[in-house]
Amino acid sequence: MLRRNTQKAPKAARVVQPTLYGLSAQFDDADAILAAAEKTRAAGYTQIDAYTPIPVHGLDEALGFRRTRLPWLILLGGLIGAAGIFGLATWVNVFEYPINIGGRPLFSWPAFIPITFEGMVLLAAFAAVFGMLGLNGLPMPYHPMFNTPNFERATNDLFFLTIEASDPQFEIGKTRQFLESLGAQQVSSVEN
Amino acid sequence: MQSQRVKPAVVETTETFLGPKQTYDTVTGKIADIVLTPIRKTPWGWPIGFVLAALGLMLYLYSLAVLFTVGVGIWGINVPVAWGFDIINFVWWIGIGHAGTLISAILLLFRQDWRTSINRAAEAMTIFAVACAGIYPLIHTGRPWLDYWLLPYPGTLGMWPQFRSPLEWDVFAVSTYATVSILFWFVGLIPDIATLRDRAQNIWVKRAYGLASLGWRGSAKHWQRYEVATLILAGLSTPLVLSVHSIISFDFSVSQLPGWHVTVFPPYFVAGAVYCGFAMVILLLIPIRRWFGLHNLITMKHFDLMGKVMLASGLIVAYGYFCEIFFAWYSASLFEYQLILTRTIGPYAWSYWALIILNVAIPQLLWFKPVRYNLPLLFFISLCINVGMWFERWVIVVLSLHRDFLPSSWGFYTPTFWDWATYIGSFGLFFVLFFLFIRLLPMIAIFEVRDLVHKTHAEEAHAKIGASGRAGEA
Repeated sequence: MLRRNTQKAPKAARVVQPTLYGLSAQFDDADAILAAAEKTRAAGYTQIDAYTPIPVHGLDEALGFRRTRLPWLILLGGLIGAAGIFGLATWVNVFEYPINIGGRPLFSWPAFIPITFEGMVLLAAFAAVFGMLGLNGLPMPYHPMFNTPNFERATNDLFFLTIEASDPQFEIGKTRQFLESLGAQQVSSVEN
Repeated sequence: MQSQRVKPAVVETTETFLGPKQTYDTVTGKIADIVLTPIRKTPWGWPIGFVLAALGLMLYLYSLAVLFTVGVGIWGINVPVAWGFDIINFVWWIGIGHAGTLISAILLLFRQDWRTSINRAAEAMTIFAVACAGIYPLIHTGRPWLDYWLLPYPGTLGMWPQFRSPLEWDVFAVSTYATVSILFWFVGLIPDIATLRDRAQNIWVKRAYGLASLGWRGSAKHWQRYEVATLILAGLSTPLVLSVHSIISFDFSVSQLPGWHVTVFPPYFVAGAVYCGFAMVILLLIPIRRWFGLHNLITMKHFDLMGKVMLASGLIVAYGYFCEIFFAWYSASLFEYQLILTRTIGPYAWSYWALIILNVAIPQLLWFKPVRYNLPLLFFISLCINVGMWFERWVIVVLSLHRDFLPSSWGFYTPTFWDWATYIGSFGLFFVLFFLFIRLLPMIAIFEVRDLVHKTHAEEAHAKIGASGRAGEA
């Protein structure tokens, strides 16, 4: 009995008061959250993000996000894929395993173009998918935003705008008032 | 939803891509609940279809087991017709797959909203058709356990593949196509799996979808990269799909055989692929739409447009048939000329004329709007096109091989029971995968339909403002 208690004790001590991740305002319309995002940015908040069931056009600009560097990553993937396969075919058919077929040239590069193209597409697609997931930090099974009330509807019909507690301007009372003034249906605090 | 009530008569939507009064919640619920409904309450078509498909899959596995133990001698192939059902069905299946990529990628680049409701199912069709297709070249090698020799790898054999051969290009094209299709499909699924996670009641179902969704939370930053990735993937898939069937046509056209050595092959193969792929999409969507009551999401307008695409691609294919005859004449080659005679009046002439009737004559009905709006008729025409496109590959593969340059090397080809068993069995594989897909994953892209709802509402609001504005001026 006593032993069990001592085992449990450190676990209980580790339970700390959850810290605040931010304040989240709930909207039911894409246009409403777009307008709210613009006002939030104009008010000087920087640590902000929106969570929406559809990709809202223009929301990334309204939130002040920079353009993603993903296209460069994909270009790099495509170039590596194309150069890699072309190089492999050349090395194999010219140096490593040359086969003389009726005296035709060994470096028959036009015949390597179809696979070069396929190699480019393959690695560019890998770069697109894994680059997108990697830059997004996915997979991430847990995120504080999942603690937000009604957040299960963020993949259906509700839109959330969150100002994170790490924002230099964040002050719980003032920020809450500000979010309420944007016409949110509900403002809730989100815990880590 | 499952309450006992009189089924209301379905009002068909003919002019728009969404039924009346659709909101985010109705479309999400409608599509997600097909997956989250308990298995006992699923429409009757699903269990019956699944059992039939599973029987087909067993036949497939059995014929493959016989093939691996006995060898390719169980098929009807022999010299001179060394390519039979294996290659016919390979080309046929991969052609079917191409419509899925066309719908998901090319129509995305062209910003066609009508792809939204049908792209997911079409992409799934692509992947399963490519799986069925990809197995054929692997098993037709005779010793499929040595298929890894096709891949370039440094081994103790010291051998490398011949990169100048179209057959080696095939390995790269088909495997790249399968990989990119699966990636594109999965990326499209991520936000929808998150929707399933958030709607699931059962904790284990929730966890399973939660894992598969990778923790997607719809962040605006994520959507930004997501949209860029999707757009670029579509841009990559578009030339990819054209390259895949072009490379498959090189398997034939790079050779010297009469009827194969034709420059028109790449575009003609791609058009034929799109043609029978769209026919397959229609064949799949008509029953699914009925079983699961998706009338508000897949409207008559969709079928109308798919009919038009089939008509257009069918005309390109018909032009290809014409070109083959013209080339034979214009080449002034006796062997080419003889091939056309063999096709039209030779021992296999019935298959050529079946191809012309099924692929060229019957689809001309699609010129008429009432035909495109008549689902039973559209189903019938699509079936004709699928059979017709199969005959096209039969004509190309068998008829060119069975009579080439020397009459002493002429021969015949008759498919055996095992040819048919492997072919019918491959439908089992296809439909088992497809039936599992419609039960386990959303068969319509939910977030894209929500986006369509958003756009439709915005347009309606604009129309209203415009109308009241004009009324005010007057």
